[in-house]
Amino acid sequence: MINLAGRDILHAWGKFVFTGIGLGLLIGVTLVMAGVYRGMVDDAKVLLENSGADLWVVQQDTIGPYAESSSLYDDLWRSIRSMPGVAQAANVTYLTMQVQHETHDIRAMVTGISVGGPGTPGWPPSLVAGRQITRSHYEAVADLSSGLRLGDRLRIRRNDYTVVGLTRRMVSSNGDPMIFIPLRDAQEAQFLKDNDAILQQRRRTAENPAFQHPDVLQHIFALQSNNPFVNAILVRLEPTSDVDRVANSIHRAQRLTVYTRLQMQRILVGKLIATSARQIGMFLVILATVSAAIVAFIIYTLTLGKIREIAVLKLIGTRNRTISAMIMQQAMTLGTIGFVVGKISATFSAPFFPKHVLLEPQDSIAGFGAVLLICLLSSLIAIHAALQVDPAEAIGG
Amino acid sequence: MTTQGIHIENLRKRYGSGDTAVDALKSVNMDVTPGEVVGLIGPSGSGKSTLLKCLGAVTEPSGGKMVLGDQVIYDEGWQVQDLRALRRDRIGFVFQAPYLISFLDATDNVALPSMLAGTPNAEARARALELLHALDVAHRAKALPMQLSGGEQQRVSIARGLVNRPPVILADEPTAPLDSERALAVIRILNEMARKFETAIIVVTHDEKIIPTFKRLYHIRDGITHEEVGEGRSFQER
Ligand SMILES: Nc1ncnc2c1ncn2[C@@H]1O[C@H](COP(=O)(O)OP(=O)(O)OP(=O)(O)O)[C@@H](O)[C@H]1O
Ligand SMILES: [Mg+2]
Repeated sequence: MINLAGRDILHAWGKFVFTGIGLGLLIGVTLVMAGVYRGMVDDAKVLLENSGADLWVVQQDTIGPYAESSSLYDDLWRSIRSMPGVAQAANVTYLTMQVQHETHDIRAMVTGISVGGPGTPGWPPSLVAGRQITRSHYEAVADLSSGLRLGDRLRIRRNDYTVVGLTRRMVSSNGDPMIFIPLRDAQEAQFLKDNDAILQQRRRTAENPAFQHPDVLQHIFALQSNNPFVNAILVRLEPTSDVDRVANSIHRAQRLTVYTRLQMQRILVGKLIATSARQIGMFLVILATVSAAIVAFIIYTLTLGKIREIAVLKLIGTRNRTISAMIMQQAMTLGTIGFVVGKISATFSAPFFPKHVLLEPQDSIAGFGAVLLICLLSSLIAIHAALQVDPAEAIGG
Repeated sequence: MTTQGIHIENLRKRYGSGDTAVDALKSVNMDVTPGEVVGLIGPSGSGKSTLLKCLGAVTEPSGGKMVLGDQVIYDEGWQVQDLRALRRDRIGFVFQAPYLISFLDATDNVALPSMLAGTPNAEARARALELLHALDVAHRAKALPMQLSGGEQQRVSIARGLVNRPPVILADEPTAPLDSERALAVIRILNEMARKFETAIIVVTHDEKIIPTFKRLYHIRDGITHEEVGEGRSFQER
């Protein structure tokens, strides 16, 4: 028996190829969207991985520092450092902001890292160029994805910084490049008010009758200009210590909220990128529906164009099964062409996306399965139409 | 009653029921012996197509009897389980418009019914080519239907009707789109094939050009057949 579907496709290959390419571009977008989601999850994991922390200590009852704001006194780390099972503890600040570079600005996650060196939690574990921060002020290490180069100067709030080192794949879970600066500078950037605000605050404080003693006023001014806060304390444990036990003891001793890496990952994936994930999910549903409509429409139209031939096929004794298989195979072929075009276009367009796109083989396999399923279901309408054809129609009136 | 060829006895077909019922066939009686080509003519609405549909096993008659070859296919009800296989193996169809499968070349169009019956492709194609030779279109064996002339298409469709060596061929206006030379050629071919393969052939036609060529002719009027025989034919109620 010859393959009727194959012969028909060869005969009308133009229709199949062009529809397949159109469908393929849709599938390509779908794969890229799935890749964007995978990329965000991957970014979140890399962010946590690169922080070098086993525990995140944050303000009580918050889900900071990435998903919510959190602030802690910057001297708490010492007491945490001395707790059993803790190898290292370091302050860290995170602030997503616009960073000025020459004429334009860059959206970046400015990360304040405490004095120390590579290996200190919060520090970039490795550089692709340049060196780590060695001075306590006005040096920065930036991620390659910011577009900054060694020696570039950038402005964060009121201070200028020189890029001394570059990292790769150090981005926030939103895909914003990270820029590391010394903790003191970062605290200032985050909490320092501008001159007008300081003057205003001083005027208000001075007007308060309760503070009318000059010495008191000076102390208050000094307190107000001090910024003793950080967003989180990153803790690295001794290799032998039990993560949950140490987390619990820090929580009880310091009345702070403590997250393990697994919990932090759940917060990032489940809360921070949940909205994006839902958007992408919606998008996938819409694309799947549109693809299904296209396949159904094309296969249905192609089948209607062959109604007379189908009547003849039935008259000369072709089984319904053979006719259904013919239509189904055509739908599958369309889906396969679409998938191949989609996979190729996704692979080639992914690097040009502004976000990190992670094309996972398992997503491609699932996508291929979904495409075939959609094509199968879409062909049912055409198959129904074909099976309705009365072989008597071939004889005519 | 013959046990070969076609035998139709008091065949009836009523479409619908009650007030809107139409008696398309009231009493059809025909006999066609193997190797014979008979004509079937009648005015519009007289029941020609209905008769072909009943004989072609795609429409169920309302009563009567039909015998194809040595097989009683209908006797006040279908006597055959698998009508699809019956059509495939025992009936060849030739249509007004040749109704070839547009995406198969001439050879595969002819070979298809044979392949559907389970013949290996190579063998079915060899048989198809043989028929295309017999019908003088072998030089167009690789052409698609749209690349063939009307007459060539008709000959390919006759070849398709013959490929499973059915005892019966039903032809519906096979010469309508052809000029008289080609029309007569088609009838000549049908006669040759009928003799060669011992096939009983019924040709439904309106075509004045070919009516004189039939040795036997059936008239159908208001669902009733009348037979006319030979030169200076005379009607005879059956
Ligand atoms: N499916 C149907 N349902 C109801 N009535 C039908 C149906 N098919 C045919 N008829 C009626 O049966 C009668 C015979 O129709 P048929 O098609 O057999 O005529 P015909 O001889 O082939 O005519 P023509 O030469 O115009 O093709 C007509 O009155 C027609 O209206
Ligand atoms: Mg008719």
